[in-house]
Amino acid sequence: MTDKNRPMTELQSAQLPNAEHLLQALAKALQPLLKKNTALVGIHSGGVWLMERLLTLLEPAITANAIEHGTLDVSFYRDDYAKRGLKIETHPSQIPFDVENKHIILIDDVFYTGRTTRAAMNELFDYGRPASISLAALVNRGGRELPIAPQIVAAEIPLHASQHLQLIKLANDELALALTPNHNSTRT
Amino acid sequence: MQNPQLDSDGNLRHLLSIEGLPKRILNQILDTAESFVGVAEREVKKVPLLRGKTVCNLFFENSTRTRTTFEIAAKRLSADVISLNVNTSSQSKGETILDTVDNLIAMHADMFVIRHAQSGAAHLIAKHVPPHIHVINAGDGRHSHPTQGLLDVFTIRKFKPEMHNLRVAIIGDVLHSRVARSEIHALTTLGVPEVRVIAPKTLLPSQVEKLGVHVYHDMREGLKNVDVVMMLRLQNERMNGALLPSAQEYFKTYGLTQEKLALAKPDAIVMHPGPMNRGVEIDSSVADGKQSVILPQVTYGIAIRMAVMAILAGGQPAQQAPASEGDQ
Repeated sequence: MTDKNRPMTELQSAQLPNAEHLLQALAKALQPLLKKNTALVGIHSGGVWLMERLLTLLEPAITANAIEHGTLDVSFYRDDYAKRGLKIETHPSQIPFDVENKHIILIDDVFYTGRTTRAAMNELFDYGRPASISLAALVNRGGRELPIAPQIVAAEIPLHASQHLQLIKLANDELALALTPNHNSTRT
Repeated sequence: MQNPQLDSDGNLRHLLSIEGLPKRILNQILDTAESFVGVAEREVKKVPLLRGKTVCNLFFENSTRTRTTFEIAAKRLSADVISLNVNTSSQSKGETILDTVDNLIAMHADMFVIRHAQSGAAHLIAKHVPPHIHVINAGDGRHSHPTQGLLDVFTIRKFKPEMHNLRVAIIGDVLHSRVARSEIHALTTLGVPEVRVIAPKTLLPSQVEKLGVHVYHDMREGLKNVDVVMMLRLQNERMNGALLPSAQEYFKTYGLTQEKLALAKPDAIVMHPGPMNRGVEIDSSVADGKQSVILPQVTYGIAIRMAVMAILAGGQPAQQAPASEGDQ
């Protein structure tokens, strides 16, 4: 565990910030980065939900700069495939634009070990050579295991390894953060 | 009896036949293949899933298309691939099939793709190999050709997504066709309500109705209102004569022409597992016509084979809490 500020006690779901508020903060932080030749790429599933919301929230800037977008399912690039196999459900990755020389902003819900981001970067490079890649995450929960960190983050919520934080979609389509006990011994 | 294709947790361990596979597994393969279709359209047509694994294509019977698509599928998953045409190797010197397999295991092969003229060959090998090795049946005798059946239903799903509302006709040499058997099992498992087989009595297995199909001997009657027309190859090399008067006669009665196709629904699709005998079971104008999806079948065959290999080689699929898997 590399983080010094790792909490000793477990956080309760009720103590989590409101995901809709965090989304607003994320949109605000992203706004200045939306320039010509930028593209947004959401990582399944939470990152895609976030991206869809951001496309609406940032609509004027997106249209003005002709910002394109796509989605990635990194299942085929995960480093734990040999141990855990393929997810039962995979989604086709869809990158409907030319990655070559684009400034790409990856969007993920929760940043943890950095392994998902690594997989996403590997997959992106199979589409072409981007000019740059940055990462925007709703929450950084601490615990990274690779030299990868989000450039834009709406909240830092250090969590114990026994806890699993995920973004969920409520019945009314609002986004929310939820804590579940971590059943997987492997960290993702 | 324990299903040799599934492990104790119900995950796919070998792919030997579609018979006996639950709908859940069929859908898992089809959905995974959906994700692989896009890989072929990218600049780098590869994903790193099977990096460092060795896939061994053991073909005891010739098949250029099946072998090539398995080879491409394995390579797109970054596996190392060895393809052996066994009639040109040690078998002709008298080595037994299991000795051949044991030698390849000693060379650290991780997966076998088996094509053999004898029904049950892949089962025999699956029973023989240690637990970490996976076997895929690429066609055994008259018995089964599961990846062909899967790619056919995948193609149908792509063009006709409402499987619960389809009428499908399979036409031709059902008796000698492992493809037909696999297709029938896949279609009925996935809930296609009406599967018809159209063939002369001499080319139908006895009690074919027990597979849940409707039998027609008159092609014009059987084609009425179908959504999908699946032609089978007339298996010349399996025929010992006497079953049919002549190829020309067969074409007249059971060959698919534009005129007969017009009896099916106007948007019906035409399929054929290849290789085609033009002018025997299918007319060229139909094979190359706009209702034909014969070439998409070949393309989707690669995605299906990638999906099967990726699911098999992944060891234990995640026993994760639903939806909480690794989005971080």
